Order: sequence, then structure tokens, then C-alpha cells
Amino acid sequence: MIHHPLELCLVFSSLLFCIGLAGALSRSNSILVLLGIELMLNAANLNFVAFWRYGPSPAPATGIVFVAFSVAVAAAEAAVGLALVISIYRRQRSIRLQEAVRLKG
Amino acid sequence: MTTALLILIALVTLCSAATAMLLRNLIHSVLLLIGSWIGVSVFYLFAGAEFVAFAQVLVYVGAVSMVVLFAVLLTRRSRADMAVSPDTQSRAVSAVLAAGAVLAVLLYAVLLTPLPSGISQGPSANVRQIGTELMGTHAAALLVIGMILTVATLGGVVIASTDGASKKEGPK
Repeated sequence: MIHHPLELCLVFSSLLFCIGLAGALSRSNSILVLLGIELMLNAANLNFVAFWRYGPSPAPATGIVFVAFSVAVAAAEAAVGLALVISIYRRQRSIRLQEAVRLKG
Repeated sequence: MTTALLILIALVTLCSAATAMLLRNLIHSVLLLIGSWIGVSVFYLFAGAEFVAFAQVLVYVGAVSMVVLFAVLLTRRSRADMAVSPDTQSRAVSAVLAAGAVLAVLLYAVLLTPLPSGISQGPSANVRQIGTELMGTHAAALLVIGMILTVATLGGVVIASTDGASKKEGPK
């Protein structure tokens, strides 16, 4: 059924994306939600590399450069997200998303 | 042979990611996710993208995992407070249903799209080429990324360190 490596890579990244999505939707711990989002970002990066490697008209290094940028943005997102988690914990003594209903004070 | 290797990498990555999302213990979840990130970087090595594989190891396995572990340890109340309180059943069921629907759409699109039959040899990008592209064609994007990282790091430090209101009123 699956005969092309690109197809296999796409199925792999779809599964990874959906695991991340299920995790981000089902957990109420904000750190776990952030980790689910990181998994989804990883799945997107995986697609970039898969298309770069097995795609129809490979460009020399564009896919690699795009993944490098994407990883950098993901790192910035993780840093800001976890700083927000720590800040919310300081004010509300909890990191459950249901209890973080106020952004100020 | 290569297909079997790819399936093995995918299985290890997916199993550790799924287990991480199912576990109650936060530390165990983070450690399993580090395993899954390593799996993704092994896939990058397998696909011939060594630069990205090492960037993945440096950024995710090295930096993001440490930040997450610090956040986990800074946001617990007591030594025994490592287990996440269970979520409601309906929430989990609806999340799995939503993710399953997305997966069905994605798989439908992937499996029904005609792909070029011939497997291309694949481009090879050495570090010199990547550096030339980064500094030449994508120089503006590189500068913007540098700005984003600086602003995000400063913002993260400011958000996590300022204690303004709660210091006066005491923790709520």
C-alpha cells in the first residue's frame, strides 16, 4: 500500500502531529499542553525535511534552512511559554489551565 | 532495508511520544519526550540532513528539555506533587475524537495523493552550502530570527522574574 518513502514520512509526521494534538487537547496541565504543541511543531519540521529529501524537485538547501529557522522560533516559543507558566504559577499557585482564568493580577 | 529502518525510527518516536502524553508523572513524560525528540533527530540523520539533526539535538534535547524540567521543578508544591491530577473522561474522549478526525483527514489526503514514482537521489547539502544560503539568500530572515530570539529571551526573563503585584499583596 505504502510504496514511496515520502508517503511513509508523511504518515509518520501525521501520526506525530495527532499525538501532539490529542495531548494538547486532553491534558489540563499547561506544561503538558506546551509539550504537545512542541510535538506538533516537530511533526511540521519533519515534513519540511521529508519534502526536501524525497520531494519532486529538490532545491539544494532550502528545506534545511527553513527547518533551522523553524527550530529557532520553536525554541523562542518554548522559552516564553514556560516563563508564562512560571509567572502564572507564582500568582495562582496552580498551573491547571482551568484555574488560569485571569491574565492580570 | 531503508524502509524497515524508517519504520523502526517512526515506531520508537511515536511510541515514546504517545506514552509521554498518557503518563501521569510529569518528569517521566518529559524524559520520554526527550526520547521522542532524539528519534526525530535520528530521522533527520537518516534523511541526510545532518545539520538539522545536530540542531535538533542541541536545541530540543539540550535546551528545551532543560527549560521544561526547570519549569516542572519550579511549579510543584511539595516533593510528592509530581503526579498530574487526572483530567475528566469526557475531555480525554473528545480530544482523542478530534485528533482522530484530524488524523483521518491527513491520512486520506496523504494516501490518495499521487506521488512521483521515481525515487530521486536526493539533494545533498553540506554545511558550506547551508552557510552560503543563510548568509546570502536568507540573510534578512537570519537577522529577523536573531531579533526574535533576543526579544523572546529578554521577554521570558522579564516575565518569569518580575514579581511586582504579588510581592505587595502576597501570594494568592
